[in-house]
Amino acid sequence: MSAPAKATYVRKRRMFGADARVALMYLLPAFMVMAIITFYPLLYQVWMSFTDFKNTNLRVGSASPDWIWFGNYIKILTNDIAGIPNYDFLRILAFNLFWAFSNVIIHLCLGVAIALLLNQKKLWFRSIYRAIYVLPVVIPPIIVAAVWRNIFDQHHGAFNYLLAILTRQPPGGVDIAWLTDPGNPIAFFPLLPLSYFALLATNVWLGWPLNSVVATGALQSIPQDLYEAVEIDGGGAWTKFKVITLPFLRPAMLPYAIYGFVITFNLFYLSYFMTAGGPFGRTELLVTQAYRLVQEQQLYGVAAAFSVVMFVILLVLTLITNRLTKATASYVD
Amino acid sequence: MTSETQAVPARAIPRETTKARAARERRKLLRGIGRQALLQAVCIFIAITVLFPIVYVLGVALNSDPTNVGLQPKGLDLIPPHPSLDAFGKAIAQPSGNHVSFVTLAFNSFKLAVSTSLVSVGFGVLAAYAFSRLKFRLRSFLMIAVLAVLMLPAVATIAPLFVLLNSVNIGDFNLRNSIPGVALALISGALPFAIWNLKGYLDTIPKDLEEAATIDGCSRNQAFRYVILPLALPALAVTAFLGFVAGWTDFYFSWKFLEYPQDFTLSMALYGMVGAYASTTPWNVLSAFAILVSLPVSVVYLIFQRWIIGGLAIGGVKG
Repeated sequence: MSAPAKATYVRKRRMFGADARVALMYLLPAFMVMAIITFYPLLYQVWMSFTDFKNTNLRVGSASPDWIWFGNYIKILTNDIAGIPNYDFLRILAFNLFWAFSNVIIHLCLGVAIALLLNQKKLWFRSIYRAIYVLPVVIPPIIVAAVWRNIFDQHHGAFNYLLAILTRQPPGGVDIAWLTDPGNPIAFFPLLPLSYFALLATNVWLGWPLNSVVATGALQSIPQDLYEAVEIDGGGAWTKFKVITLPFLRPAMLPYAIYGFVITFNLFYLSYFMTAGGPFGRTELLVTQAYRLVQEQQLYGVAAAFSVVMFVILLVLTLITNRLTKATASYVD
Repeated sequence: MTSETQAVPARAIPRETTKARAARERRKLLRGIGRQALLQAVCIFIAITVLFPIVYVLGVALNSDPTNVGLQPKGLDLIPPHPSLDAFGKAIAQPSGNHVSFVTLAFNSFKLAVSTSLVSVGFGVLAAYAFSRLKFRLRSFLMIAVLAVLMLPAVATIAPLFVLLNSVNIGDFNLRNSIPGVALALISGALPFAIWNLKGYLDTIPKDLEEAATIDGCSRNQAFRYVILPLALPALAVTAFLGFVAGWTDFYFSWKFLEYPQDFTLSMALYGMVGAYASTTPWNVLSAFAILVSLPVSVVYLIFQRWIIGGLAIGGVKG
């Protein structure tokens, strides 16, 4: 090894050493905080999930809870939690998945369609529409949930009043119990009560505008001469959409679709505020059920196990969506 | 180009009669108008669906008609016949059944919002810089640890946080049953989110800038302080804003942790007016309260929406 090469080698090594020391300095504040309030609680949660931690174990000086191995997990998966009526793990999971998928698909389709609409040549008042359409994005979901709860109220809700006006009846002529009706609007698909559709309407209102903003950004990045090339080749509007617009939209929309999927999967406020999981727990999500176990039943051990189960489910979903992203990324390249 | 336009008259195209051309132009114009009318109709319909709940809430909040006070609306009055600000006055004086004013609630929420925002961004940007720029052992391990935390929604960490914070007692003071305790619970999720979101942004800042600064004699710390921080300002502002909103609208931690009415937050009061309590709450007060809670956040969001939506890195999904 020649002298200068060795010198750079030594310098590099020292630089990495210095890097590590600097890195420690930069990481220390955040990781000290997270060690205490993030990582330790999460490990503690795993320990709790194997115990029967209850209300009585909270008191200062009380005995530590009993170690019950997989007792909590078995209770959760076999629907054997005392004190929760209408609890059915698989139904909650199935509903939660359906809830997230149906929302994201509608959000995406509407978002792209409306972005295309606003991208039409010579559309009047374009900027006014853009300004109006972004409004749902800026309102906190907790406010949306509180307001839409009252819009779908059976006796005084704006939606029933609106239906009454449209069907020429006096106010109160329509009293559909959007949030509490126990029937099955779709007879062969009993997973979905009427309140699902009320939640869906609310979340569609809440969700498509952000998708539309992202799609608009992607649309504006498409070089216009590509469309001209298709025109010269005799392609119509549909060919243009299929050959140019869609392949350009896909890489921009897919990460947002996954982001939206996870956000919607864990959307706490709509279910908790609007339907309170009802009717009969049929619009309960995993997150709201996890919260109920802590807040209402105060079964801390069961709640901890429930969170661990949720973590596994979300891990599997993340791995699947990562696969999806990679699979479709190669399509674009 | 010019030669082509000049060449056109030379082609043997039969000249249209003036009448035929006028008819064609008119057809084209009519088709244009028809298309525009259709587009406008669709756009206006969408605008109505977007605006309906907003106009409805404003309408209910401004409606303090004697026939409506203390009750639910008797019909759909999007534009109240006798608008007044009475409901806003009530929402500010005493929004819920507890004897706390809007100012107390808002100040509590503000404390949560500011502490969540400052701590997560202040500590987060340092860690994000290390992850984005420095090489060290355990780098990928620590990054996966941060990512793994992000996967679990904040609600699902409430059981251990409640138990652990509850075990901290100093005299009569119980950390869990206090605003600082709720702030810690919020930071627990907001800090990893901030690290991930800021790292995503720092990765997009070219390395050359720092290298140039180093050649000019800057140390690592100076390069961070004088080159990276100013460039990352938009992302810092966005992450701080998201942290602020998380604190300002926090419901599940406050609702589970806090017991003294003087500690209550805006979201808790809001929940006390909906759901099971909707039949005993005047809806105009609820609507006015909802508007007051959402207004500061919504206005900031509306002004900076371009940066906020752009600054939201895809990686972070903490609810």
